[in-house]
Amino acid sequence: MSDTFNEGITCEFLDDCDIVWDRPDSLLDTRLHYCPGCGHSVVHRLLMEVVDELGIRDRTIGIAPVGCSVFAYNYLNIDMQQAAHGRATAVATGIKRVRPDRIVFTYQGDGDLAAIGTGETIHTVNRGENIVIIFINNGIYGMTGGQMAPTTLPGVKTSTTTSGRDVSIHGHPLKIAEMLALLPGAYYVTRTSVISANHVRKTKKALLKAFKYQMEGKGGVSFVEVVSNCPAGWKMTPVDSNKWLETNVFDNFPLGDIKLPVKD
Amino acid sequence: MAKIKGHISINIDNCKGCELCIVECPQDSLKMSEHINTQGYHYAVLVQDNCTGCTNCALVCPEAIITVYRESKNKTKKERVAVITNVTENITVNVS
Repeated sequence: MSDTFNEGITCEFLDDCDIVWDRPDSLLDTRLHYCPGCGHSVVHRLLMEVVDELGIRDRTIGIAPVGCSVFAYNYLNIDMQQAAHGRATAVATGIKRVRPDRIVFTYQGDGDLAAIGTGETIHTVNRGENIVIIFINNGIYGMTGGQMAPTTLPGVKTSTTTSGRDVSIHGHPLKIAEMLALLPGAYYVTRTSVISANHVRKTKKALLKAFKYQMEGKGGVSFVEVVSNCPAGWKMTPVDSNKWLETNVFDNFPLGDIKLPVKD
Repeated sequence: MAKIKGHISINIDNCKGCELCIVECPQDSLKMSEHINTQGYHYAVLVQDNCTGCTNCALVCPEAIITVYRESKNKTKKERVAVITNVTENITVNVS
């Protein structure tokens, strides 16, 4: 495979160079099954960068959801468990209580966390379990064919809302991060995105914070919502979907920290 | 103009042609190839010699296939040496 590298111009001073960015070691060297331009892959990579940086690969347990990221365990070189649809936070609760020395995180989409698993999520946060919840919000059911999700914006056409989401029939987009921030069990709630390099840097910082809080045993859920795109579900090119996300979704799902830890 | 020299290498077989790196590159150094890879996608290639190694393309690349290099601060060429052990005395062989 190495002979196919470096098509285009070559570099004469490569021996003088330091590698400033490379694929994280914990991310397995396999081809990801996600659609071109999908935000899932970026968050997978960021997670593994964080795990590598903290040096916790041997004691991290991830819970894969049902949805597009159901095969997360094929790419993440850590211990993984697959949970029933929406029940990832319940499984994470069990694992964390049995093995409190392990770093436990769940990785869920909006169909898993905000639709079928809303009850589990709210009660896990309310109990204040010491876990990290990573919530990928792309406002559509990508895996099953682009149906309306609870987080779909009003007026957006999906395969089940063919004339656009009507709030009088389908309700309003569910702002799950704001809901969870009200609960005393939530320690750190933030919302980020991965549409550009700066947003990716901020997301990595948020993930790093969330994992550190868990390692310090702060006793509360760290909830990181990542507003992501779904080029295939939205029927756009990846570049257009990121532009659409920036102009439309950020008004409804404003980025930034929603709940910060109270300083002692 | 930027003085820092950088370079990237792309594992083109795993590129899915999402073009996010091309939009993100501040130097417009990247472009889509006219050829397709083994998966049937057009892939990104470095076409200009003005890369600064800012890592923006690698950060947005969903497939994590871009490796970014940046010229070392000490410009002296690193001597690549191989040390052969398990002999009575160490022999140093210059391979560059």
